[in-house]
Amino acid sequence: MNAITHPSRRGLLATVSSALGAFTFGFHAPLVKSAAAQGRNAVPEINVWVVVQPDDTVVIRIARSEMGQGTLTGLAQLVAEELECDWSKVTTEYPTPGQNLARNRAWGNMSTGGSRGIRDSHDYVRKGGAAARMMLVQAAANGWGVPMGECSVANSIITHGPSGRSTSFGKVAEAASRLTPPKDVLLKDPRNWKIAGKSMARLDTAPKLNGSQVYGMDLRLPGMLNAAIRACPVFGGKIGAMDSKAAEAMPGVKHVLRVGDNAVVVVADTWWRAKTALDAVKITWDEGQHASASSAAFAEVMKAGLDAPEAALGNRNGDARGALARATRRIEAVYGYPHQNHACMEVMNATALWTPERCEVWTPTQNGEAALAATAEAAGLPPARCEVHKLHLGGGFGRRGAVHDWVRQAVAIAKQIPGTPIKLIWSREEDMLHGRFHPVTMCKLQGGLDAEGNLVGLHMRIAGQSILAGIFPQNIRDGRDPVVFQGLNARGGEADIGYTIPHLLIDHAMRNPHVPPGFWRGVNLNQNAIYLECFMDELAHAAGKDPLAFRRALMGNHPRHLAVLNAVAERVGWGSTAAPVNGQPVFRGLAQTHGFGSYVAACAEVSVNDKGELKIHRIVAATDCGHAVNPQQIEMQVEGSFVYGLSAALHSECTVKNGRIEQENFDTYQVLRMDEMPKVETIILQSGGFWGGVGEPTIAVAAPAVLNAIFAATGKRVRELPLKHADLRRA
Amino acid sequence: MTKLNVNGRVVDIAVEADTPLLWVLREQLGLTGTKYGCGVAQCGACTVHVDGAAMRACAMPVSAFNEAQKIVTIEGLSPDSSHPIQQAWLALDVPQCGFCQPGMIMAASALLAANPKPTEAQIREEMTNICRCGTYNRVLAGIQRAAGIGTSG
Repeated sequence: MNAITHPSRRGLLATVSSALGAFTFGFHAPLVKSAAAQGRNAVPEINVWVVVQPDDTVVIRIARSEMGQGTLTGLAQLVAEELECDWSKVTTEYPTPGQNLARNRAWGNMSTGGSRGIRDSHDYVRKGGAAARMMLVQAAANGWGVPMGECSVANSIITHGPSGRSTSFGKVAEAASRLTPPKDVLLKDPRNWKIAGKSMARLDTAPKLNGSQVYGMDLRLPGMLNAAIRACPVFGGKIGAMDSKAAEAMPGVKHVLRVGDNAVVVVADTWWRAKTALDAVKITWDEGQHASASSAAFAEVMKAGLDAPEAALGNRNGDARGALARATRRIEAVYGYPHQNHACMEVMNATALWTPERCEVWTPTQNGEAALAATAEAAGLPPARCEVHKLHLGGGFGRRGAVHDWVRQAVAIAKQIPGTPIKLIWSREEDMLHGRFHPVTMCKLQGGLDAEGNLVGLHMRIAGQSILAGIFPQNIRDGRDPVVFQGLNARGGEADIGYTIPHLLIDHAMRNPHVPPGFWRGVNLNQNAIYLECFMDELAHAAGKDPLAFRRALMGNHPRHLAVLNAVAERVGWGSTAAPVNGQPVFRGLAQTHGFGSYVAACAEVSVNDKGELKIHRIVAATDCGHAVNPQQIEMQVEGSFVYGLSAALHSECTVKNGRIEQENFDTYQVLRMDEMPKVETIILQSGGFWGGVGEPTIAVAAPAVLNAIFAATGKRVRELPLKHADLRRA
Repeated sequence: MTKLNVNGRVVDIAVEADTPLLWVLREQLGLTGTKYGCGVAQCGACTVHVDGAAMRACAMPVSAFNEAQKIVTIEGLSPDSSHPIQQAWLALDVPQCGFCQPGMIMAASALLAANPKPTEAQIREEMTNICRCGTYNRVLAGIQRAAGIGTSG
């Protein structure tokens, strides 16, 4: 994000520290507003998306949050494509949520989740770029007194063909800003794209190479104090008693406070001193009704749900129960998926400054508007008197989107110390204990085969946690959470099942533990793809059929699902024997799904040695996202999705004992590291005609492709994750 | 009072002796490129060079250092992002969110200083930093590019 050094953000200038010749970030004037807030100042905007400076620098405004997924660059490409500007002169800035509110949501939705950054805003940002281009050309034509139709534009240069005159965007920007925006804006055919659709380098790389990128944790404001916090480790518990005498006497400590009824905070001159003093506060927790809750006990609740008579309907055709009763053979399996923490590399943090008149927050957020709402509510002030400054995210993955619990805490602390900026940083332990966790579910699958081994009926009963029930309960209708069925829907175009099964029933028995759920990158597609794709493999094996052929027979009505599956099968040479690696035979497994509007498939190649040690050698992945805005960024999202998905598959789980999460840091919450990272080959199918997301869907095929390959290698079905619990030695 | 040699300058540090080097760098010296990720030497986001070797600054008290030891942070790796690792990272667009990358870059540059032509297996073994965005294959390719041994992954 170049906004940090953009002149319009004078309040966020980096200053050079004389002490070390290194960068220190002193934010001298935090309340100075950006150009977007000032509206028509010295550098006028052409429209809300585009500002052109006299030196031809093009500032493209980005409403969605950049958290590593590349949306900032992709959205800028879409605007620049229609603007016909010089890509080398493009820089970007974030409008603030307060500005969006003040200008009647001129930038639309700021929420950055569900892989929606591009797929939900491509149309209006391209129109913004196109409208700005038309106004710039009109301004030039007006200046020359010629018809606009005689002018052409490329690379920020406007040319009048008949006279040979030319000018640049920067020279006509001021005049263009005073024109009435055009009503009819035509967009380019993507086949004619020159900037969009190309693997442009990211716009935000340089400051990430030398330590100068400011993340939320790195913010420094004049007079700022630092806060460390500890909430009751048992969800729903409260502070019983606390003795803070020793802590208050420790170096640098300014305040020991309560936040609500469940958290203790120490405010000190530095964070390390705050954290050290917090460790010295003696806290007795009133752990409440969940003090003895455990994962084992909740598993029994879910198990009962697998056979419960009542369940919410997700997808049905025909009579699955009847077909199962009539089937020649019936196959049954139960799978499970644990709680997991997002474990963003940057822990939750926010800086808040509260006065009776105004509240400002600086924080990494996936949804600036939700952060503003949380700020206003916690501040006890109307949103118009609050502001949120979005800072760069050290990872989001869904943790920093729907719920802004850390923002509420920071504001609640700042409200107790009016006029002093307070930077709240969670410890990793706090981050692990107080996540918004991947929902925990189990699934019982029953499939019926006829005498020829054809699948005639399938019942998928999901039992377990609903994210919506925990976060947006108003979206639960008649006890049904529609998001639970991600990837299993009959239709909708966003997350549909890729098989036509004569008799099908998919339903959900909602069972919610006390652990708060969250949207965890990939959301419910993650477990649903494991359940369905691993069971498809089980059915194929039971039918004595090849897993690819078995699937293909059910996919005739689902050509896009089939196309990505075929693409990976062809690339690996499915049906041939994989070449051994280091003397170990290599086995393959397949998976496909549809989610976030994109079609994805993977083939994993693995070996398992005599000790039961798994090695994942290569994964070939295919994605059809319709229009591909930046192929290199899509490849990076696919690679990253395997790291996230394989971390979950191999290592990561959060278990509950005595009401609290047991895993407090990366020593017990292990994730994938480089030694386990397979080679990834990405195939991007660009079938066009639609816009799918790419940040999340591929995660869902990581685990089932590997689990199916493990079965091929060992004859063992692993139905509970993570894999670290499984004994993979051949039976 | 502790004297430290950081990025070529000797500075006086007045903090409690058990303060981790990480927090001295971030809070006393304003060198926020070195990141807090875990505090228990697991993730490597806090990696700096001490006399050229990679060290995780979050788990080392400042009292363990003296001014004879040369501490280099990401801000001091090169004056203009010209270190071969930084250049390779730029060429391959390695970072995603970028939060772990200062630690990755410091670990990778120390690796090449000790072993200019590492094998792929050595890189995979030595580079134990955590990246949640999943840049591992590009980190691997970046190290190989900087080492002039071709790219893969």
